[in-house]
Amino acid sequence: MKLGVVQFPGSCDEVDALKACERVGDAVLLWHGEHDLKGVDAVVVPGGFSYGDYLRVGAIARFSPVMQEVAAFARDGGPVLGICNGFQVLCEAGLLPGALLPNQSLRFVCRQVGIEVVDAETSFTRACARGEELSIPVKHTTGRYYSPDPVRVVFRYTQGVNPNGSPEDIAGVANEAGNVVGLMPHPEHAVDLLHGSEDGLKLFASVAELAGV
Amino acid sequence: MRARVLVRPKAGILDPQGITIERALPALGFEGVENVHVGRVIELDVPDEGELRDMCEKLLANPLIEDYEIQPLS
Repeated sequence: MKLGVVQFPGSCDEVDALKACERVGDAVLLWHGEHDLKGVDAVVVPGGFSYGDYLRVGAIARFSPVMQEVAAFARDGGPVLGICNGFQVLCEAGLLPGALLPNQSLRFVCRQVGIEVVDAETSFTRACARGEELSIPVKHTTGRYYSPDPVRVVFRYTQGVNPNGSPEDIAGVANEAGNVVGLMPHPEHAVDLLHGSEDGLKLFASVAELAGV
Repeated sequence: MRARVLVRPKAGILDPQGITIERALPALGFEGVENVHVGRVIELDVPDEGELRDMCEKLLANPLIEDYEIQPLS
């Protein structure tokens, strides 16, 4: 199992994501300016502020050379996980439905939250049980998910902890096929008991299980 | 050609920036102000104004959450 972590100018969680991927397989960084996915079996688009997010979150990153390859990989059924800014990028790229809007509070929110796995059939939740609660941190200003159409919801914030005002407490969604998943919380920051939780590891273990490793 | 593009949150989408301004105005004595919405203004020189719409759809706005309006300036 070989996982690739995309690195844009302005990414800031790519090393944590790489370390999380290394818990379940081999992991390499994928530079934004290259068309090469290095033969990976799964792609993680990590958090940060891709290209500064100057125009709109994720708006510029979707046009990068590496994202053209990630889009083709995803359309062929390859597993792709977008975390926080990565989630925003996947929405802007049209690989996931919807968009992320500023938090209702307009404030940056950074805290540990509970999320419920409401769909354990996706490429990144197969190692979870439906209804299982995971303890994972959020840290974002633009995390209020919005979609005018019904979507495949994968994670919801547990009761009373919604940090951004997203409707129906949506924390993460998938495409129809379930191979592309995006979420605002950061599973890569919860992969060791030193982090206070290792629940995030389950997302990475899910995709490794998919590859039969 | 010089053009101005106005980008606004779509009607019906909660706009917390607008709400914040709406709530602040009465504190300064401006009563009765409603429906405040905050967007952004992009001004640009373009060789072909026919491309502006495409630019808005693909980059300047996200049509899922934002409306845009193109105003020619020259």
